[in-house]
Amino acid sequence: MTDAIVSRRHRREVNPLEYLKRPWMWLALLGCFVFLYFPIVTLVAFSFNSYKRAFVWKGFSLKWYEKAMSNASLHEAFINSMHVAAVSTVVSTALGAMLGLALYRYWFPWKGTYEGIIHLPIVIPEICMAVAMVTFFWAVGIDLSLTTVIVSHIAFTIPFVAVVIRARMAGFDVSLEEASRDLGASEWQTFWYVTFPYMIPGLVAGALMSFVLSLDDFVITFFTAGVGDNTFPVKIYSMLRFSVTPEVNAASTVLIVITLSLTLVAMIMQSRWTKGPKE
Amino acid sequence: MEDWRKNKLPFTIFMGPATFWLLVFFTIPVVVIWVYSFGERGPLGQTYLAFSFDNYLRAIEPIHLQILWKSIWIGGVSTLLCLIVGFPVALGIAFAPDRWKNPLLLVVVLPFFTNMLIRTFAWIVVLGTRGVVNSGLGWMHGALDGLLTLTGQPDLMGDFVPLELLYNNYTVVVGLVYVHLPFLILPLYATLEKLDRSYLEASLDLGAGQWRTFFSVLAPLAMPGIVTGCMLVFILSMGNFLVPDRLGGTDSLMIGNLIAQEFNKARDWPFGAALSFVVMYPVFIFFAINALRARRQERARAET
Repeated sequence: MTDAIVSRRHRREVNPLEYLKRPWMWLALLGCFVFLYFPIVTLVAFSFNSYKRAFVWKGFSLKWYEKAMSNASLHEAFINSMHVAAVSTVVSTALGAMLGLALYRYWFPWKGTYEGIIHLPIVIPEICMAVAMVTFFWAVGIDLSLTTVIVSHIAFTIPFVAVVIRARMAGFDVSLEEASRDLGASEWQTFWYVTFPYMIPGLVAGALMSFVLSLDDFVITFFTAGVGDNTFPVKIYSMLRFSVTPEVNAASTVLIVITLSLTLVAMIMQSRWTKGPKE
Repeated sequence: MEDWRKNKLPFTIFMGPATFWLLVFFTIPVVVIWVYSFGERGPLGQTYLAFSFDNYLRAIEPIHLQILWKSIWIGGVSTLLCLIVGFPVALGIAFAPDRWKNPLLLVVVLPFFTNMLIRTFAWIVVLGTRGVVNSGLGWMHGALDGLLTLTGQPDLMGDFVPLELLYNNYTVVVGLVYVHLPFLILPLYATLEKLDRSYLEASLDLGAGQWRTFFSVLAPLAMPGIVTGCMLVFILSMGNFLVPDRLGGTDSLMIGNLIAQEFNKARDWPFGAALSFVVMYPVFIFFAINALRARRQERARAET
């Protein structure tokens, strides 16, 4: 109350560039956040609803979770998703990290063009990449299976990992490596004992990101998976085609909780290391 | 940065594997589908390699041109709405006190990490005929009805008929804006955060109002971020498959759905390939221009 009066009196003194101190800005931010969160929160809320036929609140219940848990094909899809995400994360983190490091460290001719090409998987519509992968696998005679899904996931997560690693290396102090070499360490010792430890938070963030991207992907998975190879999102999609029951909400909520907690961990790690060396 | 020629071995070890993977499992597939786009479809749906522009010509036949045009139109409207919704948000965060920036950004990007399919489905929960909005309206209808009955006017309202909010072009636009908003806010934020604020202060000091400063100083300075963000949102909206597939009606078919159809039911891969290149050519051109500009700037910087 008093704050409001004080701020009104001092209105003239508010820096004109402090947009956040203006009510219309608060309104815009609030509106945007409501728009971003309302649908997701609603979806999660109704996974706990006891009523089946419509999205009308009739009381709290966990029965949709029980139903989703006992759904064997959903179960299998979940295992498939974890398998795909885990394998593709290991490979894409290793390859992406090396790529990010090389891009940070070395200059080579046509580097700009090269970077443009490797970042294409991030910017072209997913459907284009999906159909390109299907056509390629078909043309070289590889049958679609979970392996083709993994191969495609690795291809589109490598650039993301490389970006994260590069951002991490931007804060690296090169003199540490020079000191290590001056003190007699070999090239590889310097890498393992100086550079690599510095990369670790970036590696964790990149790995989590690539896990989440793989776990979340629907379009590319949908096209590159063999018949009957469901992943979790693909299974949710096919459930949606038949009927929209709170069971789908429950399954979705499980996926949301997993991805959001992994994302949060990745982001917290990132914000830790942007604050600089340990204080 | 070191020259690669001085460190050929480590350079090759680090660059090699990822480059190989992306070459084999991204670049070559794109080249293969590009070759296919000039091919011909056999009677059983198989593909014969050829060199014809027939598929591209088919893509601009009226029936397909109409879908292409619709994709551009819906993509454009979504992009514009994203800009209108996203600009104040990016501005607010960029000019927020430092300790607020990261939490606010986190709030914006967090939904982006939940599955796109689920975010699309969420709108069915909200807008469906049995969804939250209709339930709310139905409840209000019932309450009003009860009130009228109490005042002695029963049956005045009639039965509640749920509104058909889903499965039209508007919901597709809403869904696309919802799904792609962070793609606009992030590049815009990055530009606004870096820009030199003394220009804005000068403009305000010299008597220009906030609006004038916004349109004559801030917007031009933020143009790189606006262009990148809008381009990203436009490309991704226009080529989106999931949102029109789940939220659109029978007339909301967009180019992404058409591509998917050619690769699923219709099984005309060369035509589908040509269609996906209709989407990808502008992307390539845009990024080529961007890369050229970056190169020129780098050279200019090197010369000074």
